[in-house]
Amino acid sequence: MRSYLRDLRLPFCPGCGDATVMHSFLRAVHELGHKDLRKFVFCSGIGCAAWIPSPYFKADSIHVTHGRSIPVATGVKLMRPDLNVVVFGGDGDLAGIGLSHLMHAARRNLDVVVIMVNNMIYGMTGGQVAPTTPLGARTTTTPYGSFERPIDATRLVVEAGASYAARWTTFHRDDLKEAVRRAILTKGFAFVEAVSQCPTAFGRRVGLKTAADLLRWFEENSVPLHEAERMVEKDLAGKIVVGEFVRRDFPTFSQTVYTMVKGAMKRG
Amino acid sequence: MTKAMPPGTYFWQGNEACAEGAIAAGCRFFAGYPITPASEIAEHLTKRLPQTGGVAIQMEDEMASLGAVIGASWTGVKAMTATSGPGFSLMQENIGYAFMTETPCVVVDAQRAGPSTGQATKCGQGDVMQARWGTHGDYASIVLSPNSVQEMFDLTIEAFNLAERYRTPVVLLADEIVAHMRERMEVPPLKQIALVNRRKPKPGNDAFFGSQEVPPMPEVGAGYNVLVTGSTHDAYGIRQTADPLVHQRLVGRLVGKIATNADKIVQFEGSNVEACTIGIVSYGCTSRAVYEAVELAKKKGLNIGYIRLKTVWPFPSTIVQTMAHTADMIFVPEMNLRQIFYETERAVHGEVPVFSVNKIGGGEMITPEELLAAILKEVKSLD
Repeated sequence: MRSYLRDLRLPFCPGCGDATVMHSFLRAVHELGHKDLRKFVFCSGIGCAAWIPSPYFKADSIHVTHGRSIPVATGVKLMRPDLNVVVFGGDGDLAGIGLSHLMHAARRNLDVVVIMVNNMIYGMTGGQVAPTTPLGARTTTTPYGSFERPIDATRLVVEAGASYAARWTTFHRDDLKEAVRRAILTKGFAFVEAVSQCPTAFGRRVGLKTAADLLRWFEENSVPLHEAERMVEKDLAGKIVVGEFVRRDFPTFSQTVYTMVKGAMKRG
Repeated sequence: MTKAMPPGTYFWQGNEACAEGAIAAGCRFFAGYPITPASEIAEHLTKRLPQTGGVAIQMEDEMASLGAVIGASWTGVKAMTATSGPGFSLMQENIGYAFMTETPCVVVDAQRAGPSTGQATKCGQGDVMQARWGTHGDYASIVLSPNSVQEMFDLTIEAFNLAERYRTPVVLLADEIVAHMRERMEVPPLKQIALVNRRKPKPGNDAFFGSQEVPPMPEVGAGYNVLVTGSTHDAYGIRQTADPLVHQRLVGRLVGKIATNADKIVQFEGSNVEACTIGIVSYGCTSRAVYEAVELAKKKGLNIGYIRLKTVWPFPSTIVQTMAHTADMIFVPEMNLRQIFYETERAVHGEVPVFSVNKIGGGEMITPEELLAAILKEVKSLD
């Protein structure tokens, strides 16, 4: 594992789920036989999860403006289709300020892997309400409880046209690793949502003080996709539906772009 | 495979000339979002770049457009976007990012009448200060101002050259008139076009963000393990979000590499600058009226001279100061409510009175007659 990392101390709070996501990702990379990360380029925006690759991965990483990691990844991938381009980001970065880019990348079937660490909160800035915060949850900007319905980013990317989409939690470490592995092997747009614990900025305000409390909550509240499909909407309120939502194969963005380029060069 | 257009005489629109200039400069990637009066650049490049083996795409907005350009630039290719005022506003975050991360790229802003949606199809020159100060924090800008279709071609190439030489975003500050008009222009033989390419690292280099005024720039996927971040970082790209010295060193160098090379960067056109009693400082479309106003003024017996800024930022203070030594008054005509006027005043430091001649709205240019009338009014009041 150390061979993938720079010799730096990780910045995450005690109990943070980012280390689990990092570990799951690197296990998947290891299983795929990559001895190092030379074939990868990482793009990340702003937020705690954006720090998973930058600067800790011994690799090329571009740590960009808030929400814009997917556009930057688009430029990298189109000019270097041979590289594995992986985006790390939080729910605020990718499903808040950057949601439009997420949708359009899925629509284009942009051949990158997007790993969204969903801790249901803006953690780095101190625990403000996020587009993913559960209805009623107390945050620093919803002191009376959140009055907004949360977004389901995984279902959105499925609808938008992703080739691969899965959601697991940091409780489901092996499933998460397996989802990352399949995402990396996916030809087109691959999205993995990792529901993750933030004891510091989320858990302690909603009565789940420790990482263990949050992981237990994930365990008890998770519903496998095949079971969820048989449940009514009322019973699914507040549940985390986990599983592989889609896995399909159709032409990727860089394939279609370069088919166009080749045609244009011929016609000249 | 079609490459750059063969040398010869062409009758092009300014935006076409800009797009062809980009191809001649070696641009391989374009990403943009539709906006009047810059859309023809996207339309032309989406047709022409693929013919040269490059990629041109339309993104979902302007933040994404410049983001994709930045990503492409880090793969080692020359990349560009084009927009107008409203989109230029949206690009400011990534202009700051490109400056902070020393990412060469070209941003074309074909100005229209603002603020906000303003008059989308009408010319304005109101983005001059935004091009200098639009993003937050301390920074320095390189901004070029073409005044002809020929310069839409030439200065686009120059913008790429400066971006590559100084590892910084460069703005081509065009305007609706220069962008949309058609006139005759010459494409020189490719061999005569001087091109600059970013300096690449040598084996063993790892300080990609310091230790030299303009450090060498690696590309991703080449084994350098390059760390790019818009946070304050040390010479190796490692975030240092609290150390005052690292911030001072980084931002000081980034501003300094442009400020200390201002004399090398700055380009202008001048006539009778050092001996005139009446001086004019102008740029962009407005400067086209200046040529004729100068001829009209000469016929009236006035000793008139002008400076036409090709580089708006860094501001060519030295030549403006030279003009101020002999001139009794300096006029600054511009299609905004005073922007370069203030910079001119600042440069001459009270040595000579500076008068502004302004016109906004409807895309109506300042005419030579209007400029002459403004000059004669002040000359008479001096008598």
